[in-house]
Amino acid sequence: MSTNTKRQAAGREERAVPDGETVPVKAPTNSDTPARRRRRVPEITYSVLVFIGLLVVWQVVVEMFDISNILVPAPSAVAVSLVDGFRDGSLVSHSIVTMKEILIGFGIAVGSALVSAVLITQFRTVERVLFPLLILTQTIPKVAMAPLLIVWFGIGISSKVLTVALIAFFPLLINAVLGFRSAAHEQVEMLRSFGASRMQVMRHLQIPSALPHIFAGLEVAVILSVTGAVVAEFVGSSEGLGYLIQASNFTLDVARTFAVIVVLSAVGIVLHAVVVQLGKWLVFWTATPSNAASEV
Amino acid sequence: MPTSTDTDCAIRLDSLSMLYPTKSGGTVQALDDVSLSVQAGEFISIVGPSGCGKSTLLRIIMGLSRQTSGQVTFGPSEDTHRNQLGMVFQQPLLLPWRTVRKNLLTSPDLHHARDAATHEKADELLVMLGLEEFGDRYPNELSGGMQQRVGIGRALMHDPRILLMDEPFGALDAMTRDQMGLDLLKIWDQDRKTVLFVTHSIPEAVLLADRVVVMTPRPGRLADVVEVALPRPRRLENINTPEFGEIVLKIRKLLDSEHSAH
Repeated sequence: MSTNTKRQAAGREERAVPDGETVPVKAPTNSDTPARRRRRVPEITYSVLVFIGLLVVWQVVVEMFDISNILVPAPSAVAVSLVDGFRDGSLVSHSIVTMKEILIGFGIAVGSALVSAVLITQFRTVERVLFPLLILTQTIPKVAMAPLLIVWFGIGISSKVLTVALIAFFPLLINAVLGFRSAAHEQVEMLRSFGASRMQVMRHLQIPSALPHIFAGLEVAVILSVTGAVVAEFVGSSEGLGYLIQASNFTLDVARTFAVIVVLSAVGIVLHAVVVQLGKWLVFWTATPSNAASEV
Repeated sequence: MPTSTDTDCAIRLDSLSMLYPTKSGGTVQALDDVSLSVQAGEFISIVGPSGCGKSTLLRIIMGLSRQTSGQVTFGPSEDTHRNQLGMVFQQPLLLPWRTVRKNLLTSPDLHHARDAATHEKADELLVMLGLEEFGDRYPNELSGGMQQRVGIGRALMHDPRILLMDEPFGALDAMTRDQMGLDLLKIWDQDRKTVLFVTHSIPEAVLLADRVVVMTPRPGRLADVVEVALPRPRRLENINTPEFGEIVLKIRKLLDSEHSAH
């Protein structure tokens, strides 16, 4: 026998015991030492401090150079407008309209994108006919469709919902298709060797493997949904936060415009956070891939 | 067809051939006229160069691929043969969203057969594989060797009579690999399943097997079947005996002559 194997044999004797007893390291997030946690807190504190610092500089500059409220309102003016808007209920009622458009549109996009992705990945013919067309239509800037949708569906909520659905659909579809295809061929064979049917392979392998990708798509799509709703309201509407921005701009109430932008960012942040949390909870075995297919 | 003298025969391969169509329109012959009879309880290793159709052979037996010609017969009761087979792959192929225990229960879950008995069996397997503390862990918390042990346990879950192993230790480091081989022998010794074990490593093949099937490069044919008449239970020290070296040398020469012939 070669000396090589002899050496391996000798090495194994030493290694055998530790290998059997090694307890693998847990995921890094769970094994944070107190020292590391102490170091991480200031990072967030710093960003908050920088943000507050910028607001202060903004306030000081506006007051020092006596900049007109019509050009750039001071943060204090924005805050006052924000409080006023919530007091008289206008910001609340318009927010509810926009939220409704976003949620219904987003829901339609999620449903149709997932169904399309399943059909595309399960049926060869659907893929051959539909997928090239879908990729082609992806190059159309979806916001350009908003005026058409207003013409077709009126200035009510349906045209906004459809704009949102259209804009959120593609990143979801692409990611879901990638996701349903991401299961390794060997994994499929493994399940087949245990006698799994096609439906069982779908349920036990392809759907769970798709989840990280689907959530990457959801993260992009939820932000795009907010954009879609606002753009559709710009084009033609009588209520909603996009309408409020146009109305306040028209009356040169720039502080109110800023206040609406603040509300819109808050809506975006909250929706995004909900998606991320849901993803962490459902896709617990892996970090969500960050290379989401994004497009506007 | 099994005859009355074939009652001990677990698998019989009759002139198995396999042709793959290539993209350019031609065909590649992966297997050519492979015939082999495996006794029940026998441990067979299959060695050969890459691409000699070793994996194809297992895949055909498992029913994952269909042979172009020839026949696979399972004896003596050939009706429910799929349940008699368990397959271990080169990669552990565990489902990362299932705990170790639930990965073991993959097969019963697919057949809606999870009950108290299968849970008990899973517990037994965890102990046997030295993973009793890891039942509720997820695969990414386990080392490569531990993951592959779960892969083996998953194949043993439905208590198959025949175990097909496609380079199961190929992805492991040399030290873990030796240990896993010996562990496998221990498991095999308990109820003597029929094992077909594909490997690249000649010493590994000899250490584990009763007979070593040597295959030629494409098209895959049987070059020879080498008897390993070493006493059991085998230990790692067997590797250093002259008898062991002789068998390894014999197989190596067989492979070399086949290589130069092509």
